[in-house]
Amino acid sequence: MAKSESTTRPPDDADPGSVEAPRPHAAADHHRPFLAHHYQSYKQQFEAGKLGMWIFLLTEILLFGGLFCAYAVYRANHPEIFIYAHHFLDKNLGAINTAVLIFSSFTMAWGVRCAQLNQRKLLMVMLSLTLLCACGFLGIKYVEYKHKWEDGLLWAGKYHPVEHAEPADHAARPPGRPEAQSALQRPEGPRYAGIFFSIYFMMTGLHGLHVLAGMAAIAWILVRAANGHFNSHYFGPVDYVGLYWHLVDLIWIYLFPLLYLIH
Amino acid sequence: MSDLLTEPRPAAAPSMDNYLTHARGFWSWALTLDHKRIGVMYLVSIVASFFLGGLFAELIRTELIGPGRTIMGKDMYNQVFTLHGAVMVFLFIIPGIPAALGNFVLPIMLGAKDVAFPRLNLASYYLWIVGAVFFVFVLVLGGLDTGWTFYTPYSTTTDTRVVLAVTGAFILGFSSIFTGLNFIATIHMLRPPGMTWFRLPLFLWALYATALIQVLATPVLGITLFLVGVERLLGLGIFDPKLGGDPVLFQHFFWFYSHPAVYIMILPGMGIISEVISVFSRKHIFGYKFIAISSIAIALLGFLVWGHHMFTSGQSKLASVIFSALTFSVSIPSAIKVFNWLATMYKGSIALLTPMLYALTFIFLFGIGGLTGLFLGALATDVHLHDTYFIVAHFHYVMVGGTLSAFLAGIHYWWPKITGRMYSEFWGRIGALMVFVGFNLTFFPQFALGSRGMPRRYYDYGEMLGEHPEFYGYHFLSTLGSYLLGIALFLVMIYLIASLFNGHRAVANPWGGATLEWQCSSPPPHDNFPVQPHVGDPYAVRNFQYDPDVGGYVRVAQTAKPEHPLHPSAH
Repeated sequence: MAKSESTTRPPDDADPGSVEAPRPHAAADHHRPFLAHHYQSYKQQFEAGKLGMWIFLLTEILLFGGLFCAYAVYRANHPEIFIYAHHFLDKNLGAINTAVLIFSSFTMAWGVRCAQLNQRKLLMVMLSLTLLCACGFLGIKYVEYKHKWEDGLLWAGKYHPVEHAEPADHAARPPGRPEAQSALQRPEGPRYAGIFFSIYFMMTGLHGLHVLAGMAAIAWILVRAANGHFNSHYFGPVDYVGLYWHLVDLIWIYLFPLLYLIH
Repeated sequence: MSDLLTEPRPAAAPSMDNYLTHARGFWSWALTLDHKRIGVMYLVSIVASFFLGGLFAELIRTELIGPGRTIMGKDMYNQVFTLHGAVMVFLFIIPGIPAALGNFVLPIMLGAKDVAFPRLNLASYYLWIVGAVFFVFVLVLGGLDTGWTFYTPYSTTTDTRVVLAVTGAFILGFSSIFTGLNFIATIHMLRPPGMTWFRLPLFLWALYATALIQVLATPVLGITLFLVGVERLLGLGIFDPKLGGDPVLFQHFFWFYSHPAVYIMILPGMGIISEVISVFSRKHIFGYKFIAISSIAIALLGFLVWGHHMFTSGQSKLASVIFSALTFSVSIPSAIKVFNWLATMYKGSIALLTPMLYALTFIFLFGIGGLTGLFLGALATDVHLHDTYFIVAHFHYVMVGGTLSAFLAGIHYWWPKITGRMYSEFWGRIGALMVFVGFNLTFFPQFALGSRGMPRRYYDYGEMLGEHPEFYGYHFLSTLGSYLLGIALFLVMIYLIASLFNGHRAVANPWGGATLEWQCSSPPPHDNFPVQPHVGDPYAVRNFQYDPDVGGYVRVAQTAKPEHPLHPSAH
């Protein structure tokens, strides 16, 4: 069963045989639901799915890799931009979001365990908690974006900071840094300061899209769990979605210090 | 074991139920999860886009047949060569062999019932269709004139349909990733008992190496095209020097994908050649492990050479020297393959049938394409040859002379298996000859053009004729060759389609191959193998001999055979 595309497929494709041509081994399927006809055993199917998911995660890392690479190039070429502009990001909200995502990874991992142990109710609780955390993350992200929007702190092509825009962390600004001081004398900051926000919006935006995709996948798993599809023989989809969710979490764990905690 | 006896195996007996007749109706195809049907759908779609790209090629060559305006204006010409490149690269060559032939053959060669993720396989096909529809929209809604490379800053400022095109290419990229992911998982997880890594047919090694590149490189193209799209829509600035961005960064990102993508194009072709050369020389492949590992080596080294596209774009001299040296290293595994193919043919019993003719074409043309690549990898000569027709000739020798020849070899080789019909061998050979002559007539003059300084992508060369009167003759020859090549490819299409109606029915093993796909009937049954096939050496072609009663090859008793069954009922 092709579970690794779970993030891009509608939730109803889990129903076995709904679109398949007549299968020669259809009789066996009544005894072993959700086992595709070309697999010998649940174990083989699970391991194939897991390998597929790991490869998919690899492609995700390379997708973000392009942006990490752009970050490295511009930070190396224009460190003053990054030091100046990161003061406009709210460290506290970023830290809260980090905690929210780490907690959601915990509930997700617990959910996988529940699926393996046939604990249907608890699995549904854990998945719901994970969904709730994801909503919280996006809510906080919305507050941050709204602030940037009001202050005109947008990507390079739309970077027009308003007069009263001030760093979010007055106390955190290093007083002794001459480059930061001289930079702050210009109302719009150092030349090309918008590039920082281009990278910020691309990275967090793409990450946000992945959170949304993850929420769709978790919702799909939740519906299937409610229908009692998972048991100790067949819990692959929960595991795969869990892996994906941990990756989304992990990417944020890199984004937070790279964007918010620059010195 | 009965498969050692000379009698035809039960699987070879005429069987009415095959994958083509298993279910009928439009939806049985549109929603199929059968890798064979998905492969056939890919094949039809890809050939259609190949003819679209070919039409653009003929338009380009017609415009260049003489100086000045021939059939179209400058802007039209820019759009035509852009769409020729984009359609051929993204819609034909990259998915061509893996998604069409690979989908059909891979699970059968492996001895599996299907690929690991059949739904993902179908999704990958529909993503391809959506991507292709985007390209058609580009065509209808005002075209594209950036060249297939989408170089910034031009691609972020031109008023043609860049956003539509990069969206299409982005979607096609995901189609390619899903195919690669599926193949890796299939080869890892669905090998039957006895199918060890070093019993994998070399086509599967090549597809595996290709899949590695598809999975590792394509996401980087995805994010690059995404950035170009956002740049145009919102003014992101990452590639825009006005806003502090760097357009050369785009070139690094683009070639980090697109150079490995060159090996996505050629590696599966090399895999087909490894199969065909052994079968039609009636000899075990020479240097199996070297060919297998060299595929992986090409895939990995291919990631380290992207900078050789940027020798004249202002990257540091040190980087250029390093990329140049690394570029030479790729020629080592490529040459290993060529020498092993030659050694396989040495003292073989060579049958010059159509697939073998294309395989020989491949070796010859890939040899020229590969060796001229060394000219371009060398720093000093590249500065002279960069952006001339020499480049155009070089990569057409590799991609058309190489990949297209291999694709045609594969089509002819597996045609009896896919369709259950034999094509006309006479017209097949005529077609192969015409392709060879037409191709060389088209592209060999371009080496001369390029080395004398004719720049690529130019609409007109009238003003250069004062200094270089020979340009006219070379362009004229090249255009004539392109017409011959076009006619040849139409001929191939016509006799292949005709064979569907009046071709002889194909037997299970018409060529004497020892890989598993020849052990099931032609066309294969719905679930490939009624019983688990016997996995042996994939190149033991001498164990198969022609049987006039069957009209094809059957397995004969091996000389050394200690486990000959005394009790036929034992298995």
